[in-house]
Amino acid sequence: MKKKEKEIIVEKKIKRCKEDVIFDTILFIVLTLILIIVAYPLWWVIISSVSAPAAVSGGRVVWLPVGFNLNGYKEVFENDQVVSSFINSVIYTVCGVLVNLAVTLPTAYALSREKFSGKRFITMFYIITMFFGGGLIPTYLVVKGCGLLNTMWALILPGCLSVYNMIVARTFFKSNISEELYEAAEIDGCTQGKFFFQIALPLSGAITAIMVLYYGVGHWNSYFSALVYLSDQDKYPLQLVLRSILITNQTALSQTATTAEARAALQEKKQLIEVMKYSLIIISSIPVLILYPFIQKHFVKGVMVGSVKG
Amino acid sequence: MKTKVNKTGSVQPKKKSFLQTLKKDWSLWTFCIPGMILTFIFSYIPMYGVQIAFRKFNAKAGIWGSKWVGLQYFERFINSPYFERTIANTLILSLYSLIVGFPIPIILALMLNSFRHKRYRKVIQTVTYAPNFISTIVMCGMLILFMSPTVGIINNVIKSFGFEPINFMAKKEYWRHIYVWSGVWQGMGWSSVIYFAALSGISPELHEAAKCDGATKFQLIRYIDLPSILPTATTLLIMNCGSILSIGFEKAYALQNDLNLSVSEIISTYVYKVGLIDNNMSYSSAIGLFNTIVNMVMLIVVNKAADKLSGDALF
Repeated sequence: MKKKEKEIIVEKKIKRCKEDVIFDTILFIVLTLILIIVAYPLWWVIISSVSAPAAVSGGRVVWLPVGFNLNGYKEVFENDQVVSSFINSVIYTVCGVLVNLAVTLPTAYALSREKFSGKRFITMFYIITMFFGGGLIPTYLVVKGCGLLNTMWALILPGCLSVYNMIVARTFFKSNISEELYEAAEIDGCTQGKFFFQIALPLSGAITAIMVLYYGVGHWNSYFSALVYLSDQDKYPLQLVLRSILITNQTALSQTATTAEARAALQEKKQLIEVMKYSLIIISSIPVLILYPFIQKHFVKGVMVGSVKG
Repeated sequence: MKTKVNKTGSVQPKKKSFLQTLKKDWSLWTFCIPGMILTFIFSYIPMYGVQIAFRKFNAKAGIWGSKWVGLQYFERFINSPYFERTIANTLILSLYSLIVGFPIPIILALMLNSFRHKRYRKVIQTVTYAPNFISTIVMCGMLILFMSPTVGIINNVIKSFGFEPINFMAKKEYWRHIYVWSGVWQGMGWSSVIYFAALSGISPELHEAAKCDGATKFQLIRYIDLPSILPTATTLLIMNCGSILSIGFEKAYALQNDLNLSVSEIISTYVYKVGLIDNNMSYSSAIGLFNTIVNMVMLIVVNKAADKLSGDALF
């Protein structure tokens, strides 16, 4: 195998003409530039979150942290609102994903069965919702009518089935759980329900992971439904609290300083809050960051599975 | 015993198997029921409820008890100064996003596909996918922090060259560029995945044969890679055009402030403000419905055009 690879490389070296060398060099430079453009802002957020506040606002943080400390993170953890909304977000994400799975996977499985008599009707039923919808206000009124306003169910139930994700799962079931497998189980006295839970699901770890990640990242990152449906501050998910700190800049800093000392203290506090924002960005991304290597593999797989249908 | 023989036999009569499939289907139908009930409640009832766009909504009387006013709210929207402004802003923003954001992932995928250093390529892919998983709020928070006139890194650079700091977020002429290019930064890696997948499906023999005939790398891309991802690209382009008037609420709303409102007020943010902040439910629904209809017409038109031009229609 290795020998073969070497041969190919040698062959390539021989065949590369002058134009190709120029082409490869340009490609290398351009892609490296893209890499830097994407990576540097992310890197900068990380180093700023652990640098001295004065260095960050003074513009002295460039490649490496300056005056390493974790005060920004301490500030984040001392903020009750951030901590409680972080817990809320975890609860919403976990419950939301469970509901998503409970609804999406059985539907996708049923629609993947070639002989299922409701296939056409149910597929149409879902496709229509992709192109036509009532819009914000009519949906809001329905949620209100169901008495779900200001509860976490308002964030979970309306989007319980994403048609795109369902199609991805359906494609997976279609190509991985064969009809013959069911027929074999049926002869041994297995029902559809039993087959799904005891045979099809255990064989579908990959698609379950993809669904967990697609839906999970969606729940964790969204703020629109929380903004629309939640009114109690103590029910806010993390993204809404982040919004008030990062975007609308609502940090409790309204006192005016009179003496020079107080002014200096205020200045310091202001700088600390800036650093805290960077720490906050990191902390809010931690669940996704930890999962990222894992997520990336599966997300890519999901795109591939989904593209098969097209 | 007899029935089993029947089932496996190829000459079995249709009637019996129909009864059997129906029996089997009951469990499959029950699989679909929870999802259908929830979708019915939260997608189909609102479609019916969209008629409050034609009624003067009265919270006490409910949707059905409110007075029918016909197209009054549509007329009001069309005659209001917000009509031109929100539609123009939405169109410009999404066309700009489309023109910039559509080809870049394709170019990236083509470049990555013909890149020789496999391991370095993996690194580039991993890094460029990462921003896709950052939440909208964090993305906008980063933009605002980076561009802050007092502590932002960009203005620190500008100041170090001896220029005046620029308050980017308050200048409306920068807003669209910020919106679109940050979107490219965030999405280009991830959007390239689907093209990259299509490219890796090309049989290597095609490339080898072309190389034997003395094709340069650029020619390989031009005559083999590009045509083979064209169908994927067309499908995605049609889908994008179908949602040309429905750019996301989240990012535009997060980047809005009073100073850039004249370019940043798009239909979805306006619908939100009219409906839930000013509490004008009927008017807001009318704007939303108008938007949906334009989108559907757009999708049909683009689909027809694509069908005529290349034969790659969506439906």
